[in-house]
Amino acid sequence: MSFISLLWVLLLGSLLGLELIGKVPPTLHTPLMSGANAISGITMLAALTLIVKAEGNVPLLIIGSVSLGFALFNVVGGFFVTDRMLAMFSRKPSNKK
Amino acid sequence: MNLPVIIKFVIDLLAVLLLALGIKGLSKVKSARDANRLAAFAMSLSVVGLLSYYLGTSGIAIQSWIWIIIGSIIGSLFGAILAKKVPMTSMPETVALFNGCGGMSSLLVALGVAIFPISNSVENLDFFKSLINEVSISVSIFVGAITFTGSIVAMAKLQGWLSTPGWTQSKVRHFVNIVFAVASLIAFFDLINGNTSSIWLLVIVSSLLGIGVTLPIGGADMPVVISLLNSYSGIAAAAAGFVVDSQLLIVAGAMVGAAGLILTQVMCKGMNRSLVSVLFGGSLSAQSTASSGSGEYTNITSCSVEECALTLEAANKVIIVPGYGLAVAQAQHTLREVTKKLEQNGIEVVYAIHPVAGRMPGHMNVLLAEADVPYEQLKEMDVVNPDFPATDVVLVLGANDVVNPQAKNDSSSPLYGMPVLDVQEARTVFVIKRGMSAGYSGIKNDLFDLPNTSMVFGDAKKVLNDLIGELKDLGVGEK
Repeated sequence: MSFISLLWVLLLGSLLGLELIGKVPPTLHTPLMSGANAISGITMLAALTLIVKAEGNVPLLIIGSVSLGFALFNVVGGFFVTDRMLAMFSRKPSNKK
Repeated sequence: MNLPVIIKFVIDLLAVLLLALGIKGLSKVKSARDANRLAAFAMSLSVVGLLSYYLGTSGIAIQSWIWIIIGSIIGSLFGAILAKKVPMTSMPETVALFNGCGGMSSLLVALGVAIFPISNSVENLDFFKSLINEVSISVSIFVGAITFTGSIVAMAKLQGWLSTPGWTQSKVRHFVNIVFAVASLIAFFDLINGNTSSIWLLVIVSSLLGIGVTLPIGGADMPVVISLLNSYSGIAAAAAGFVVDSQLLIVAGAMVGAAGLILTQVMCKGMNRSLVSVLFGGSLSAQSTASSGSGEYTNITSCSVEECALTLEAANKVIIVPGYGLAVAQAQHTLREVTKKLEQNGIEVVYAIHPVAGRMPGHMNVLLAEADVPYEQLKEMDVVNPDFPATDVVLVLGANDVVNPQAKNDSSSPLYGMPVLDVQEARTVFVIKRGMSAGYSGIKNDLFDLPNTSMVFGDAKKVLNDLIGELKDLGVGEK
């Protein structure tokens, strides 16, 4: 990919992000923040790339692995915690009489 | 294009689509939970896409697999354990911690690529020499470091591990931060000029900048900062996307970055603070001590739980104003028992939720949902404010600044202009509070001095438990 097309990707991605969160009820601000936060752990892909391309360079493998660990901590923890919060909202209809 | 490239292209496209749908779905109550799972699925899909691409092209060495597995297991395990164990009240700090780790990940990737240029791959040779690559590495390190240290400081402050040091409230902090910022800039240009060793300078000063910027910010403003840092971690991910040449990373990072900015803006509006004043204004309490000497209360009415129960029994309409103090005392379940009793007695009970009740917008809704409070009983500020004059009793539980009439009446108050709940319009207001200490803003609450306000001193949970006992004695809620 050329740099220019990557810039286009950046621009369109940002616009998409701005567009997606138009009207959010305050109830969902915390879960949304937490969910978006989990998605920002997408850097795990960069960490994976680093490990795959390290080709036997041990320090690089270690850096990549630690980076992967941090990213997955963010991703797994983020999604789980968001699910826990949202489970509380969706539980209510069943309790309503 | 050969097959692995096509497969990866299709998977990436699908992942972006699903992530976008996920974020979209997260903004509606009905679809939120499924949307979260959809986003999680998209993330796993993207990993499969990446790994299958490398398997199909260059192959993945055994050694790489080992390190991938080690990193994944440790990271996922800790993340899952923390996510399951952490109490709902600590949600803001948890999000901050996760977020900081995301930033750290971007930082490490950029650092790894910068220190150990992967030389044996032909496609990388001119790529790594390019200016663009140096810039994206620097940005990734800079933003990643700020995200990491800033989030950790935010977490530590919310947990109460760190207080606000005095010097950070003076003008000195601006000078210090400017020095850090300029040093980062110097390191940045030095790095682009090809001086690789300045990368460490960049790491250090941008880390310090993250600390220096976050440390002076008061507890009340912390959610805004976390939301902003969340946006930064998206930007860091996008920058890392430029470093490893991945469109998926750039799109996802940019989406999170932009969405985070919007959310930050929404939060600022709810607190009537501008982003600039949050970031550079220091904590509110520092301003208020300077503003006026009206810190003394003159007309406090204290009352017993028994009196409170008697008044509640005679009421027709009760509004509950829950605040962070309620959450700290873990009293949301006890509160639910009290309101159940009142409802059984035919008393109308409504919860008034200030936009920033709890520590983050929506935090209080989560906590009350945890205690099985029906969704319809939660009323937002604009909806509930006209109801206060027709309300018999208001119970303020651990909320403070959000019920301070100063925000409407006193133009010299630092709170002035912040949207508040007009609880003083009600016939009787009970404030359940541990003591007379001020709220996060550190500002005196005029509400406590009003003649229709009575203070019930004590821990929220204990007072509510006592209240249940008193209501029982009065026969409220018994058939």
